[in-house]
Amino acid sequence: MGRITLDKVTKKFGDVEVIPPLDLTINDGEFVVFVGPSGCGKSTLLRLIAGLEDVTDGEIRIDGKPATDLPPAKRGLAMVFQSYALYPHMSVRKNIAFPMKMAGMPEDEQKRRIENAARALNLTDYLDRRPGQLSGGQRQRVAIGRAIVREPAAFLFDEPLSNLDAALRVGMRMEISELHKKLDTTMIYVTHDQVEAMTMADKIVVLRAGNIEQVGSPLELYRNPRNTFVAGFIGSPKMNLIEGAEAKKHDAATIGVRPEHIDVSASEGAWKGRIGVAEHLGSDTFFHVHDTGLAETLTIRAGGEVDLHHGDTVFLTPQADKIHRFDGQGLRIS
Amino acid sequence: MATQHSRSAARIMISPAVLLLLAWMIVPLALTIYFSLLRYNLLMPGTERFVGFLNYRLFYENPAFWTAMLNTLLLVGGVLIVTVVGGILLAILLDQPIWGQGIVRILVIAPFFVMPTVSALVWKNMFMNPVSGLFAEFSKAVGLQPFDFLTHAPLASIIGIVSWQWLPFATLILLTAIQSLDSEQMEAAEMDGASPLSRFWYITLPHLSRAITVVILIQTIFLLSVFAEILVTTNGGPGVASTNLTYLVYARSLLNFDVGGGSAGGVVAIILANIVAIFLMRMIGKNLDA
Repeated sequence: MGRITLDKVTKKFGDVEVIPPLDLTINDGEFVVFVGPSGCGKSTLLRLIAGLEDVTDGEIRIDGKPATDLPPAKRGLAMVFQSYALYPHMSVRKNIAFPMKMAGMPEDEQKRRIENAARALNLTDYLDRRPGQLSGGQRQRVAIGRAIVREPAAFLFDEPLSNLDAALRVGMRMEISELHKKLDTTMIYVTHDQVEAMTMADKIVVLRAGNIEQVGSPLELYRNPRNTFVAGFIGSPKMNLIEGAEAKKHDAATIGVRPEHIDVSASEGAWKGRIGVAEHLGSDTFFHVHDTGLAETLTIRAGGEVDLHHGDTVFLTPQADKIHRFDGQGLRIS
Repeated sequence: MATQHSRSAARIMISPAVLLLLAWMIVPLALTIYFSLLRYNLLMPGTERFVGFLNYRLFYENPAFWTAMLNTLLLVGGVLIVTVVGGILLAILLDQPIWGQGIVRILVIAPFFVMPTVSALVWKNMFMNPVSGLFAEFSKAVGLQPFDFLTHAPLASIIGIVSWQWLPFATLILLTAIQSLDSEQMEAAEMDGASPLSRFWYITLPHLSRAITVVILIQTIFLLSVFAEILVTTNGGPGVASTNLTYLVYARSLLNFDVGGGSAGGVVAIILANIVAIFLMRMIGKNLDA
């Protein structure tokens, strides 16, 4: 069981309010991703749930029981840190055993759980090594192993993949997702990378300056961003936001069109522009189009075989039903 | 080729310094060994002659020898225990965010800047003196008989004085080590359910092991040759109760004017230092490997 409820949770550092009163419910077995630009309070929020920071006001409940004043160890949560925070002087085995040893678990039970975790995480051959002798991905797995053996109500991940190289990151992303499917335990995952959020989450929580901007499934956020911030943050490359006369035509202060919802043509279209940088990836082509008179740059995603290059003139047509409209406050007009 | 050339060039350029250092070490050592084999007393000039190992036998048969040996080890061991344990506690204390942290740290480090003779005199006259010392005042204030530290517990008193001098050094090194401890490791341990005491035992202490090793090795070198504190406080007494090897060598060569005997004592001191060094490296040297 791992249902976590935040009720008007507030955090202040001195006079600075980092998290204004915030409500959030995380259901049992859900994979929730907190995403937002750096400094938006997502890590602080995670640390509040973990108990590593004290809540200034409000209440945290885990499985319906008040946990606001419980010490971290008593909340039944396990955390994987950004730096992995492995104990460098202990072998992998001892690292994984540490939480169980602290809980005073019988030796044979400890051994059984270590072996299970090691098998699940492909660590069996490394159990007697020190963390210093492992690669980044292996260390990451040890940190996860240390969390798994406690059989926690929920796992907390604090940007766990940010220290890995790109290829490894994709691999670990899949492993964590698979782990979630297998264990079916609540997971809360903090990242600033919206790709990680989109690929892993059941539910994304977009944060800005401690405020929840929107909560929803990845596709909900993609299809119906509640405001311009979420619109610009979710989706890669970023949504094009256009203000001024063109937006007026649609009765909005700002309109947004995703790069993949603009059709490109060399001969005719609604908007005219000149290609700046063209990124040919093979599968896709990204054009950065200038001089459209709409915005400084429009990003366009086209098919891989489009034969247009730097300096060419292009015509762009947004797909009419895929235009997002926002009012003067940046809120969505539906 | 280039590396080989530059390597031999480097060797040639470094050789004067190495030779100088070698001479600096070899000449006094050779002279000490040479003198230790002579009958060489300053009160009887002109009677120097080769006596073999007689000086060593006399030094060894001196009833003060074993006491001095034991005192040396007690002094080193005692001060090490006090400074390492006290240093860890002080370092943890100083690592806490407190008001006026900068000034407190300077105050803690201050004793290290006081020269040994001065600090020993301050302790002897202002604290431990049974008539006018501060400790005597305290005893009288609570109605106790003042305790004459330097007469009744001379070695313990000297251990106290020397510890007071070396505590800042240990604290300083251990404090920097504590500050380099990754805070996420502590938080991870907290999440793992470790109590503050087990966090100290399983995380902080292993993290400090290398710094503790450095403190022990460096202090041992200096503590084996403690001299000034003994000279200004007890003069090695009462009897030989606070005489260590260094002080015994001094007494032999400069109070008895026996250069030969003193030299023999010096060589014994060198041997003792090497034995201690071997034991230390065996016990804790592996902590220095990465």
